[in-house]
Amino acid sequence: MRRWYLLLAVPFLGLLYPPLYATEDPELFGFPFFYWYQFAWVPLTAGITYFVYRRTRPRERHTGRFRRA
Amino acid sequence: MKFEVDGVAIAVFCALFLLVTVLGFVAARWKRADLGLLDEWGLGGRRFGTVITWFLLGGDLFTAYTFIAVPALVWAVGAGGFFALPYTILVFPLVFLVMPRLWSVASNHGYVTAADYVKGRFSSRGLATAIAFTGLLATMPYIALQLVGIQVVLEGLGIAGEWPLIIAFAVLAAYTYTSGLRAPAMIALVKDTLIYATVIVAIIYIPSKVGGWDNIFSSASQALPGRDEPGALIPGTPDAQVAYATLALGSAMALFLYPHALTAVLSSRSQDVVRRNMSLLPAWTFLLGLMALLGYMAIAAGLNVTDPNHAVPALFVDMFPSWFLGVAFAAIAIGALVPAAVMSIAAANLFTRNVWKEFVRADISDRQESQIAKIASLVVKVGALAFVLFLPTQYAIDLQLLGGVWMLQTLPAVMIALYSRWFHRWGLLAGWLVGMVSGTWIASSQDFAPVWNVPVLSVTAYTGLVALALNLVVATVITLVLGRRGRADRLDETRPEEYDELMETGQPAPTVGAGVT
Repeated sequence: MRRWYLLLAVPFLGLLYPPLYATEDPELFGFPFFYWYQFAWVPLTAGITYFVYRRTRPRERHTGRFRRA
Repeated sequence: MKFEVDGVAIAVFCALFLLVTVLGFVAARWKRADLGLLDEWGLGGRRFGTVITWFLLGGDLFTAYTFIAVPALVWAVGAGGFFALPYTILVFPLVFLVMPRLWSVASNHGYVTAADYVKGRFSSRGLATAIAFTGLLATMPYIALQLVGIQVVLEGLGIAGEWPLIIAFAVLAAYTYTSGLRAPAMIALVKDTLIYATVIVAIIYIPSKVGGWDNIFSSASQALPGRDEPGALIPGTPDAQVAYATLALGSAMALFLYPHALTAVLSSRSQDVVRRNMSLLPAWTFLLGLMALLGYMAIAAGLNVTDPNHAVPALFVDMFPSWFLGVAFAAIAIGALVPAAVMSIAAANLFTRNVWKEFVRADISDRQESQIAKIASLVVKVGALAFVLFLPTQYAIDLQLLGGVWMLQTLPAVMIALYSRWFHRWGLLAGWLVGMVSGTWIASSQDFAPVWNVPVLSVTAYTGLVALALNLVVATVITLVLGRRGRADRLDETRPEEYDELMETGQPAPTVGAGVT
């Protein structure tokens, strides 16, 4: 189950090597690439973290509130 | 630029301030419990659920000073100041991994502070004291900076003099004293709503007045190279890029070592709440990123400020009608109260648990413990106020930078210890000392620039990470040397199964009274 934690490394790979994204083009809505690329990582990272959270949640709970759909 | 007195804005500002003052005192009755106990006063009874934790952590980590200083830095140096975005993106997956373990072991043993945990883990009073000392040292200037945030806003309203700041802080001190952590948790609801409203309005409204995003970025790229220390819209040189990445990583590693971050984490109801929040808190990161761009908007609006910290207030004054200016400034000022309250509570917890009980009197009752913490929170706040009133603001800013460097030096003893007890406590203590001294020395010799051109490696990296590397080398060497004689070192009151971050007890964490004594 904990192997899902490896996914959490992805945002680090995407953000800790600035040569990857330190350029002006392509622009989006007037934002240089450098800016919108990093903004894009905000929801992406939140999504990854949420996914890992769901995958690593203990399953033994059976109360109605936490039951899976 | 000179700010003028704006009656309408001041009236709105004062009304909102009054509202949160009332809330701060009412908070004592919320989830009613015996506030004579430290767990209740200082951790809100460890009962906060997902929503409250989100508001509290968001309001606590994304401080008013951040909302002033990040756009100020972006205004002054451009892309270099934008590292706040990757920093606050990466912090959450990091915390997702580490903090639930700490929550688990802390709730099993009733630890209130990181130093409590270190003492239990390594049964070393010296090491625990070092951790507590670091936390206190780093927190004080941080509280002072929240005051600087309020001060900047007051200046923007055209209010001169020091008395409004003193009144604001006296009020804050009074309701923290009576309501404990419940007060900032409740005020955070108001503050966060106001901040979101302000930023959303600013992001939609201001670009339309200064010629759209295209124009915002192009005027920034024209203006930045002309600064005294030339800035850039994109970090082009390898030096700037390494500095950018190391600042983001190092700051992310340091953030949750800060006492106020730990306090907010430990006050949540379960690890599940902590883990779930890590995918919800990035909403704050997005907000901070947008806020940072206000620095460029100030450039595009052609505002000339002598102090970069005035970039945002000047922009708001220039753009907003009076009544909304009052809302926006109240958002920032109230935003200073939440972290200031949590920080002073965290510092008080540290002082009570790890200084007073450790060195003055160990046999105090739970009730006395809470009383001492309340008084300590007052002393801390008065100290911060004196700091701002009597010393140059620049000291607080420099010390805040050092604070991050200092907090990072507790990483081996607190965070690595959550995974492994391989390090010898003397190794950790020596490493901490080397890290503290070298980090402080490098930063002060650099005139408190956050990065350092490392000799031999010839890269420009965040000072805190350089000091942490030295720290780890020393800790490793001493651990290897002492290794065989480390038998007496095996004293560890925690057990491996207590670290299970996935274990859900379904029970509220034990209180101090039940857990520790």
